[in-house]
This record gives sequence, C-alpha cells and structure tokens, in this order.
Amino acid sequence: MAFFERHKADKIGDAVFRGVSYFFAVLVVVLMLFIFAVLFKESLPSIRKFGLKFLTSAAWDPVQLEFGALPAIYGTIVSSIIAIVIAVPISLGIAIFLTEMAPKGLRGPIGTAIELLASIPSIIYGMWGLFVFAPFLSDHIEPWIIDHLGFIPIFNGAPLGIGMLPAGFILSIMIIPFISSVSREIFQMVPPIMKESGYGVGATKWEVIRKVVIPYTRSGLMGAVILGLGRALGETMAVTFVIGNSHEISKALLDPATSISATLANEFTEAVDPVYLSSLVELGLILFVITFIVLVFSKLLIGGFSYKGGRP
Amino acid sequence: MNFFYLRRKFYNILALTVSLLSAGFGIFFLFWILKDVISFGLPALNGSFFTELPAPPGAEGGGVAHAILGTFFVTVVATAIGVPSGILAGTYLSEYGRKSKTASTVRFLSDILVSAPSIVIGVFVYAVLVKPFGGFSAIAGAVALSIIMLPVIVRTAEEVLKLVPDATREAALALGAPHWKVTVQVVYRGARRGITTGVLLAVARVSGETAPLLFTSFNNSFWNFKMTEPTATLTVTIFNYALGPYEDWHTKAWGAAFLITASVLVLTVLARLLVTRRSAG
Repeated sequence: MAFFERHKADKIGDAVFRGVSYFFAVLVVVLMLFIFAVLFKESLPSIRKFGLKFLTSAAWDPVQLEFGALPAIYGTIVSSIIAIVIAVPISLGIAIFLTEMAPKGLRGPIGTAIELLASIPSIIYGMWGLFVFAPFLSDHIEPWIIDHLGFIPIFNGAPLGIGMLPAGFILSIMIIPFISSVSREIFQMVPPIMKESGYGVGATKWEVIRKVVIPYTRSGLMGAVILGLGRALGETMAVTFVIGNSHEISKALLDPATSISATLANEFTEAVDPVYLSSLVELGLILFVITFIVLVFSKLLIGGFSYKGGRP
Repeated sequence: MNFFYLRRKFYNILALTVSLLSAGFGIFFLFWILKDVISFGLPALNGSFFTELPAPPGAEGGGVAHAILGTFFVTVVATAIGVPSGILAGTYLSEYGRKSKTASTVRFLSDILVSAPSIVIGVFVYAVLVKPFGGFSAIAGAVALSIIMLPVIVRTAEEVLKLVPDATREAALALGAPHWKVTVQVVYRGARRGITTGVLLAVARVSGETAPLLFTSFNNSFWNFKMTEPTATLTVTIFNYALGPYEDWHTKAWGAAFLITASVLVLTVLARLLVTRRSAG
C-alpha cells in the first residue's frame, strides 16, 4: 500500500517538476515576443504621427516635436562598420595565433588575457575612451590624420578626440574578444587530418591556414563576424561617451555623431512629452529589429557550421 | 625553385608575425585600460568613499556608499530571480525537451537574447514596470538585469547538465528514483561546479551593466532600503559623475570604475579557476 502511495507522489512530483521547468523554458520565448509587443505598442504614437518618414527624416527637435531616426541609424551602422573593419583582421590574427602558432605554454595565459578584455564592463571602455583615449587621439593621432589624409573628405574635421571614428575604434576593442574567441573555437573544429594532409604535401603553416583552415571554416567565420556586428550595433556605454551626441549627419568621420543607443541613454529620462518618449521607444524598437535580424543570420551561419560536427 | 621556396617562407613568416602582432595589440589595450583604471581609481579609494553619502555637487569629499549598497542589492535580487528560472529552463532543455521543437526554439531565442542590446531591455522594463507604477524603482532595475542574466544561465545550465552522462541518470532511474529526484539529487549534484561557474559569470556580466539601469533603478543621492524606490548603483554613478563637470566627480567615477572592474575580474577569474580545477580533476 505504502508503495503505491509513494509511487503516486512520485508521479505528481514528476509532473510538477516537468511542468515548472517547461514553464520557464517557454518563458524565454514569451519574453521575446512580449518585448517586441511592448516596444511596438509604446511606439504607436510616434508611428502614427511620423509614419515611414521617421526612418528617412533627419530632424531631431524636441521643442517642435519633430523627430527622425536617420542620424541615429546612420551613426549606429557607420560606427559598427568601422568597428568591424578594424576588429575582424585583428581578431582573426589572434585566433590564428592561439590555435596554430602559440607555444602550448602561452596559449592559456594569452587566451585568458583576451577573454578578460571581454569581461571588462562596457562603461569602463566608455569612460576610458573619454578621459584617456580621446585626449590622446586629439593631441597625437587626429592632427596627423587631418594633415596627411585630410584631402579625403571622410578624414576631415576637427581633432576633438570624440566622434564617429573614435567611437568605432573603442567599439572594435570591445568586440575583438568576442570575434576572436568564437573564431578560435571554430578553428579548433577543423579535423587534424585535413591540416596534416596539408603539411604532408609540404605546405607552410600560413598555406595550411589560408588554403585549408579558412576555406573549411568560412561560413562559421562569417557567423563570428556577424555576431561581433550584432554586439557592436547594440553597444551603448562604450559609444555614448565618445561619439559626441550630435544629431547632424556629417561626412567626416572625425566629427561628432550619434547612435540609437547613445540617443536613448542621453535623452530617455529627459523626455517628458509622450511623442518624444514614443519616438525614443521607436528608436529602441528599430535597434532591436536590426540586431535581431543580424543575430539570426549569425546564428544560422555558426549553427550551420557546427552541425556538421567537424566531419569533413 | 629556390626562389619560390624563399617566397613561401617569407609569406609564412610575414603572416605569423602579423598574427603575433594582433595578439599583442589586444593585450596592449587590456593592459593600457587596466593600468589607467588602477592608477586613477586606486587613489580615489579611502574610508569616506566606502562609508559616506555624496557631498553636495561641487563640494569635495563624501563617498558612494549608497551606490555600493545599491549595486549589491540590485544584483542580489536579479540573481535571485534570474538564476532559478534560468536553471529550470536549462533543465527542461537538457532533461526533457532535448531535441524537441520547443527546445530548439528556446535555444535559438536564448542565443539571440544573450546578444540583444541591453539598453532595449531597459526601455522594455521602463514600459512595463516603471511607467505604469509611476516611478523608477530598484525592483525594475533588478528585473532588467535578471532578463539579461536569464539567457546566459539557460545556455550554460543546459551545457553543464548535458555533461552528466546518461548512464548516471539511468543508474538512478533503475533504482526506482522518480525522474525529478534524479534531476535534483543526481544530475544537479554532478553539475554543481559547472552551474556555480555559470552563475558567477552571469553575475559578473550583469554587475557591470549600466544601460538597462539608467531608466529603471535610475539614481538616488541618499540611502535607499526600499525595493520600490529609485536606487543608486555604481555603474549609473560612474555614468553621471564621468559626464559631470566637477573634478571631484571624475575622481569618484574612477574609484567606482576600479571597484566594478576589480569585482568583475575577480568573479571571472574565480569562475575560470573552478573550470580548470574540474578539467584537471
């Protein structure tokens, strides 16, 4: 008798535990949908007022309540592209160094050091960028750029130390650890026998990397790069401090600009008018949609790669 | 023949040098940032930094004790919400869902949520918990952080639970233990160290977050012990002080930056040590 009672209790316990864990798993999905729904609902006043013009207008006037997202979207995308252009070659270099070159004893410490770079909070990057790196740039680097490359319009401007280019650079330092640690993992999935056959026919290390490792891991590497792009697009603090917060679109990369996240961080708590607030939420929604699409891409590329389980 | 050989060797050395230099570049910036955080932050730390409230704007002295307490408070509550829900969701993925459609959807969305912009989470929580309830609150900040934590915990929990071999589960099931007891008493126990690592990393990640707190827990110049009131945190204090006009604020911001960086790095290193000890043992 006691046995059956215990058996029943166990069955109830099983059902409850399974149900509870199912609830929390589904919570992730519900949360995602809920975030979309709430952001959309809160953006409605702005969507109704500005419609699609919101995406193409460069107006940003809290007094007249005229808002357009173009400067913020432009700044978000351009600063992230700068970050990617700088970060990708360096991250791949680091990943190659750690998987193919470094002596065993160095791999651990250097890998750890790079990953510690990833754990430093982004506000530290922003603050360091503002107090240390911006003065350094405006004293030493930017005057040189303007003197020697100023004839190219994008390298013109005032040597302020804050602006689109510095923001992109700080971002690149932030995303280097992400891209390099994912590419490192992907490099490690290349079956040793493929590399060995390369060495077997007399290829140098670089030839094996360029002609065996990189072609084999191409889609995964693309995924890693796009993951870095996703991070850069959504990053707030590192950008807010150094981008300069100007709603003007300027051709020159040295000039101050703004990004979606910087606009939100600076203006959200000051927005008293419902239309102002709603426009800011719509900016957030745009950012969420852009990063969502980018991250889905990256996930599919990385996932499609690892699915093969490292088989040739 | 000889020429080709030399050229290949040259490219090889060139490429290897470039990759060495890029590793050097990364490490160079790590040390540069750490050096500045230490050399500007350490002198800012003194007794009153840890024990006093801020002095009036522009006046010297005072401290950020309320923000230290606030960060601690908000992080603890976020952990209390995020960790159990994350572990349970991870349990579903590794013990029940496995290859089901629900499980793959949850995995996919968690991976995306991990990298979702944290400031958007702040906006979301503002719309759900701040606007309807008429004010910024510590609990809103904690909820925002727990949302950021959730997907991190879900994925690491699943990964470490999966490391427990199925044979162990079967052995316990064969003894007549119900599935939930097997999960709690056998699988969790086996994955204890891995789960601790995941929790430490997630706490490290959120304790440095600023963006989601700006419009949720907001700021406060005084002690706050109520979850329903706005509260100061170290990161938001850094944001306000660093962008403020006073030299003394900048010093305080560096001190707070040192404190946050040091705690995050200690947590991360601790988590890593746990992992290496496991793989060694």
